[in-house]
Amino acid sequence: MTSFDILDRRSVPASAAAPSSVARFRVWRGVSPSLVLAWLVLATVLLWAMAPGLFTAYNPVEGVPGGQLKAPSAAHLLGTDSLGRDLFSRIVHGSVHSLTGALAAVGVGLLAGTTIGILAGSVGGWIDDLLMRLVDVLLSIPTLLVSLSIIILLGFGTFNSAIAVGATAIAGFARLTRSEVVRVRRSDYVEAAFGSGGSFVKVLWRHILPNSLTSVVAFTALQFGWALLQISTLGFLGYGAPPPTPEWGLLIAEGRNYLATAWWLTAAPGLIVVIVVLSANRISQSFGRAGS
Amino acid sequence: MTTPILDIRNLRVSYDANVPHCAVNGVSLQVFPGEVVALVGESGSGKTSIAQAVIGVLQGNGRVDGGAILLNGTDITRWSQKRLDAVRGAVVSLIPQDPTGSLNPVMTIGAQVREILTVHGKARGKAADRRVIELLTKVGLSQPEVRARQYPHELSGGMKQRVLIAIAIALEPALIIADEPTSALDVTVQKRILDLIDELRWEFGTAVLFVTHDLGVAADRSSRLIVLKGGEIQEEGATADILVAPQSAYTQRLLADAPSLSAPARIVRRSRAGETPLVAVENLIKDFALPDGGVQRAVDGVSFGIDPGTTHAIVGESGSGKTTTIRAVAGFERPTSGRILIDGLDARTLKGETLRQFRRKVQLVYQNPLASLDPRQSVFSIIEEPLLNFAPVARDERARRVAAILDRVGLTQATLARRPHALSGGQRQRIAIARALILEPKLVILDEAVSALDVTVQAQILSLLAELQADLGLTYLFVSHDLAVVRQIADSVSVMHEGRQVDHGSVEAVFERPTSAYTRDLIEAIPGRRRQSQGARPNPSETAEGYPA
Repeated sequence: MTSFDILDRRSVPASAAAPSSVARFRVWRGVSPSLVLAWLVLATVLLWAMAPGLFTAYNPVEGVPGGQLKAPSAAHLLGTDSLGRDLFSRIVHGSVHSLTGALAAVGVGLLAGTTIGILAGSVGGWIDDLLMRLVDVLLSIPTLLVSLSIIILLGFGTFNSAIAVGATAIAGFARLTRSEVVRVRRSDYVEAAFGSGGSFVKVLWRHILPNSLTSVVAFTALQFGWALLQISTLGFLGYGAPPPTPEWGLLIAEGRNYLATAWWLTAAPGLIVVIVVLSANRISQSFGRAGS
Repeated sequence: MTTPILDIRNLRVSYDANVPHCAVNGVSLQVFPGEVVALVGESGSGKTSIAQAVIGVLQGNGRVDGGAILLNGTDITRWSQKRLDAVRGAVVSLIPQDPTGSLNPVMTIGAQVREILTVHGKARGKAADRRVIELLTKVGLSQPEVRARQYPHELSGGMKQRVLIAIAIALEPALIIADEPTSALDVTVQKRILDLIDELRWEFGTAVLFVTHDLGVAADRSSRLIVLKGGEIQEEGATADILVAPQSAYTQRLLADAPSLSAPARIVRRSRAGETPLVAVENLIKDFALPDGGVQRAVDGVSFGIDPGTTHAIVGESGSGKTTTIRAVAGFERPTSGRILIDGLDARTLKGETLRQFRRKVQLVYQNPLASLDPRQSVFSIIEEPLLNFAPVARDERARRVAAILDRVGLTQATLARRPHALSGGQRQRIAIARALILEPKLVILDEAVSALDVTVQAQILSLLAELQADLGLTYLFVSHDLAVVRQIADSVSVMHEGRQVDHGSVEAVFERPTSAYTRDLIEAIPGRRRQSQGARPNPSETAEGYPA
């Protein structure tokens, strides 16, 4: 899991003090172009999801008769598919499915994972052991297998595939949160807070949570990209939204049959997925640095 | 007139940071063959930067801005790292501060000592092996053949420092730079290491540039003293002269603040015989389970009592069980057996709500103020927090009390909005004390509360503590490894060694008539004693007897 490597490197300086106002100013001045680009990509995709009509006039599900498998041109920016549907329009309209799917998946993972992690890290004892062994079990099963099993239980669909992907993210969130909570819990200031008469809940809320969630925020952004990839994978395998929904993974799968004659049908949605995932990773990285 | 081994002329060192920072500003000093020059200063005085500049190992963002460093008459200031390699170890060597971080954990110590011999081509093969054993014997390691095959984690801190000294003297350099060589060690170990450096100096006639923050150590071991502050020399001269008649105001203050050099400050001893003690610890025992199923006894039958309004000190070296003892008293650790009575409450049986109420009466101040303050909270919320844990106090009343207590510990109201990292070490410790005091506790436990602070700041905090005790009638349980500090502020003392209490009684009794050999060793090892017991002239070749009353 490469995502853990990235976090490991980052979580080391995360314990250091927050940047001073001078340092913050410097960070702002030294914003890297790649970070700006990443935010621009994400903003564009968000706009696609919220107001697809602004970007394309074509209907994403109804084809134009006689206009099948056209190469990219001025009329059809990314060409048309086998039913004569405009590919660009399908990608723009599909963004809402892919993005909400990824968001829901991360939401499920974040909520369940951090809850488990906080519980295990702060209560400790046999509860910690029990929860962490469960997480170990979850980590030991290939993620795709877990997702597919859950989908088979719940049925197909965008939302169900989001839950399936989210379930596989729980383990990572739980591990990370627990390790952060344990680190903070052992610190002198938490003991001092107990020493000045703080009750468990108060200390958890005032000290443990604020100091352990910085890495979790960065991890969430990272997981967003990963969830998008997983959702697309499920879509590609046919376990996601049913056709004719223009979900990105499904678009890649549909274009696959015409790879020799119309390569752009797979390349374009594939590239979009790659770009959005890379942007999410870049933004996650910047969160990590800001947090340290 | 002999040539000095080390001749630093008008050295300037600066660090590139957000704001360029000048660490050493025009320092000139000379070290002659066979002499020990102590470079004394508080943190940030530039003493380590000077030492690092001499051997060319300044940190990445540091550079020499001007001046010259002459080693045996040769200017090495602009030498490349490659050229310096030939000099480092052979002509000048370094004994670093942190023995653990300075040894390679995956190499045996024999291989590490051998490395310096082979790198410089001084010995190889069997001859090198023999020389390694010779060196390890010389620095006083028992069973050198066995030690040579061990890894750093198998040795204690003092043994590791001996290995580093063996590496430093391997090529019999003309100059050894000792950068705080003993500040990470216990006081009795410190004395043995310093004695060793002294002996080796006599034997080889090596000059030593001794970098330290501890005036007591400098007074004992050096022939000349250079006092640094803010990257500039404040005073320079023969150690004996400076100690007797310091010229600069800064040195005078430094001398007055050093607990090991100034006379005991406390004159009025309070004895309140007849009163019930606030704290009574009886036969305290604490066992820890080991992973292999065994049991380690950290505290073994400790008993003491503390009268209200007095200070009791627990003294011991690392691993003596002193921290475990006070954590049990503070209710953070459950003793295996024994009784801890504080103001009539038995700390052993407390749980839940009663434990919370108990903590109102007992507050703990930690050694490291930065680690004990939440980095995300402002000073105001840190000090206010204990008030939120008990019966509700109105917001205005809370603000008033925080302001009052801040005033008490000698901080301005402007600090309220700041965060711990924006404050100095002394200010942070004052905040930690303010947080402990806002609940108006009866007993304040100070766990090495002044050990991490510079000597002048330490003196300020100690006098603040004395003042607060007089005004508020506080009772202190003071944990320290520093006997000099303890003599200054405590009324009674327990000396702990390997979990047992080896000496106990009033400070006068324990210091003047120690009953155990260990306590005598500890008192013997206080740096700065030689000067006190022998008057003005320190003589490093003699050991002092007796203790000044």
